[in-house]
Amino acid sequence: MSGDQNAKTMSIIVTKGALDQAYPPFILATTAAAMGLNVTMFFTFYGLTLLKKDLNLKVTTLGNAAMEMPMMGGHMAMPNILAAIPGAGALTTAMMKDLIKKNGVASIEELRELAVEADVNIIACQMTLDLFDYKREDLIEGPELGGAATYIEVATKSDINLFI
Amino acid sequence: MADEVLDVKGLNCPLPILRAKKKLNSMEQNATLEILATDPGAVADFEAFCRTTGNTLVESREDGDVFAFVIQRTG
Repeated sequence: MSGDQNAKTMSIIVTKGALDQAYPPFILATTAAAMGLNVTMFFTFYGLTLLKKDLNLKVTTLGNAAMEMPMMGGHMAMPNILAAIPGAGALTTAMMKDLIKKNGVASIEELRELAVEADVNIIACQMTLDLFDYKREDLIEGPELGGAATYIEVATKSDINLFI
Repeated sequence: MADEVLDVKGLNCPLPILRAKKKLNSMEQNATLEILATDPGAVADFEAFCRTTGNTLVESREDGDVFAFVIQRTG
């Protein structure tokens, strides 16, 4: 936290843990922190996996009808029947990671580190931890554990509340 | 001539802003930072960043493929 009591505040509920879906919350959190906001991120359900020490994030085209990958000057969509073929997920994940690198986009690991450095307040959902049988030591150092009430208390005081 | 120069060419959103903020934090009040970027989104983003943080965007120009910004630390 910046420690400025008059600073604007933002909270984000992070519910999704796929590689592509991990970007919006971390980009917004780090940028808001850089712009002087006090930021809280609440990681719940599949979002909680983004706090694991070792990230092995994947992307899938299955059920993602809008996804088109740039390829040979055009764009390749992948219908579900193809996306369901074994290996299709690994292929699109590799393609996505390649695009990320080529376009100078930060990795999720890097953005997460920057969020921690910027004193983003990170709350890991205790219920999700129990539900999916994770241990505190599976997660990075730093997050406090809390539940819905912990988040709501933050949200009632925040200028911006996002659900991603 | 700005007091310091930050090269974020090749980096994409939100890294130019994050790197610039980190650099500005290490600088004296009223010092100037020149930022060189290739991300076209940085043009609108540095304007918004400065309006929100109280820093002053002294200059924003385009040199070929490179966008150059001069920010004075006033925030």
